[in-house]
Amino acid sequence: MNRPRHPVYWDPEIETLPRERLRALQEQRLRRTLAAAARSPIYRRLFEEAGVAVEAIRGLEDLGRLPLTTKDHLRQGYPFGFLAVSCEETVRLHSSSGTTGRATVVLHSARDLEAWAERMARCMYMTGARSSDVFQNMTGYGMFTGGLGFHYGSERLGMLTVPAGPGNSRRQVQFMQDFGTTVIHAIPSYAFRLLAVLEEMGIDPRRDLDLKTAYLGAEPYSEETRRRVERELGVRVFNSYGLSEMAGPGVAFECPEQNGMHIWEDAFLVEVLDPKTLTPVAEGEEGELVLTTLDREAMPLIRYRTRDLTALLPGPCPCGRTHRRIDRIKGRSDDMFIVKGVNVFPIQVETLLMGMPEVGRDYRIVLDREGDLDVMTVEVEVRREMFQGDVKSLKALREKILAALKSEILFTPRVQLVEPGSLPRTEGKAVRVLDRRRGS
Amino acid sequence: MTAWQLSVFAENRPGRLEAITGVLARAGVNIRAIKISDLGEHGVVKLLVNDPDAALQALTAAGILASKRPVLAVAVEDKPGGLHAVLTVLTRRGINVEDAYGFARDRRAILVIEVPDLAAAAEPLRSAGLQPLAEEELYRL
Repeated sequence: MNRPRHPVYWDPEIETLPRERLRALQEQRLRRTLAAAARSPIYRRLFEEAGVAVEAIRGLEDLGRLPLTTKDHLRQGYPFGFLAVSCEETVRLHSSSGTTGRATVVLHSARDLEAWAERMARCMYMTGARSSDVFQNMTGYGMFTGGLGFHYGSERLGMLTVPAGPGNSRRQVQFMQDFGTTVIHAIPSYAFRLLAVLEEMGIDPRRDLDLKTAYLGAEPYSEETRRRVERELGVRVFNSYGLSEMAGPGVAFECPEQNGMHIWEDAFLVEVLDPKTLTPVAEGEEGELVLTTLDREAMPLIRYRTRDLTALLPGPCPCGRTHRRIDRIKGRSDDMFIVKGVNVFPIQVETLLMGMPEVGRDYRIVLDREGDLDVMTVEVEVRREMFQGDVKSLKALREKILAALKSEILFTPRVQLVEPGSLPRTEGKAVRVLDRRRGS
Repeated sequence: MTAWQLSVFAENRPGRLEAITGVLARAGVNIRAIKISDLGEHGVVKLLVNDPDAALQALTAAGILASKRPVLAVAVEDKPGGLHAVLTVLTRRGINVEDAYGFARDRRAILVIEVPDLAAAAEPLRSAGLQPLAEEELYRL
């Protein structure tokens, strides 16, 4: 770690590579990736079924001829069907929980892990993290890729790395005080949990801790949530995007502009497709993110449907990086639910709620069926400091939330104010939607 | 002149009120009067206690959402027409009573009222000889 670093860019050449040279690099890597993929049993079959000879794919304009890969294909290939190298060359396996179907695995070679760590270091360096920083990683280690991804990236960057893992919040705070933690990584719902614990302990993070940067990711969250965490924790929050199929975090990350996440196009080929027609949408328009790995040995994935909805932001970024930016993830196409014929994303509700100062840190959407009718109830925590003890302001708050929701989702939900801390919390990802309509 | 009432946010489900009274009992706080303003799925429990600061501290430490709210407490003779006299004064001044409750003690009736502007309500009461109770006086009852 003694070579002199560029003051702004971790990898100045790649990060600022002119677009036309970036494209040439992508095409060269795409050809290499396709040749490797064709060695795996699953892709051999998929390419054959699609009638594509991979040698015929020369450039990005041919991309549409390649078949798409879905989660279901990954399940079919469980566990080694996607391997493009021999088993002996793999050094790591990550498996998804399989809560919504059969489990899937992603396999890595030593070089794959190396490239992942480099990408993560690039992400964090971009936000101003330096080797003098102390990094406390508050996400799960193990099969959850967020923990190990950030861990190796942080060590690569040279930060003092504290592998705290999630939970045990009082001890987390103790670590922060004892080690002078400056940078943290957590899922958004855990950041809120941490704020509640700091409050209980009578610690003002802005005054009593050295924190300056927080990375939040793995769950979609709104801009309002970001601003709130920034304000209350006294840090700058950077949005992180990744998925285990693409190794984990480090696919796209925010730069200091905090306006969209640079998706690392030397490692991933980006498409945004209309989820119904599967044709590309125009730049700036929302669609499903589809990614092709460009730099992966063990398990290349071709045109993988992430199910995540976003848009490519038009125009160059003032930070000087040439890699395009994707918008904050609006949600997974699977997150959307339909009530009274209206499509609703949890993030729409969150954006409204977190923009209201009277609202606490937690909320939950409960869907019920009463007779033939769908009923949506939004349970909202009241913010402690805002409670003045009178009935009128509670009524007014409920009316305000109702009116805001109604104008956003175009039907009238029920709004229920609840006590702070009363909504069920989990150590893992927050459960924002409880659908009780099935089986009724 | 101002008395402090404790207002506690509570969801309308079994055990919530008991949780509040349990905290107060353990903190050795004595409840003089209680009123529940129901808003459907949740409500506000209003409490007049002998030590509002200790009560607020205990409730907050237990994670219960509570706050102190200024109210007027007026003592009248415990006989027919006592309450009416107070309300007549306020009505004449066009003062709206947002909420009220009361209790009787030692032949006196204590009326607790929530109004938008305490000073504006206290002044005419005082002129009518209905002096709002001082804080210490109320807690000592």
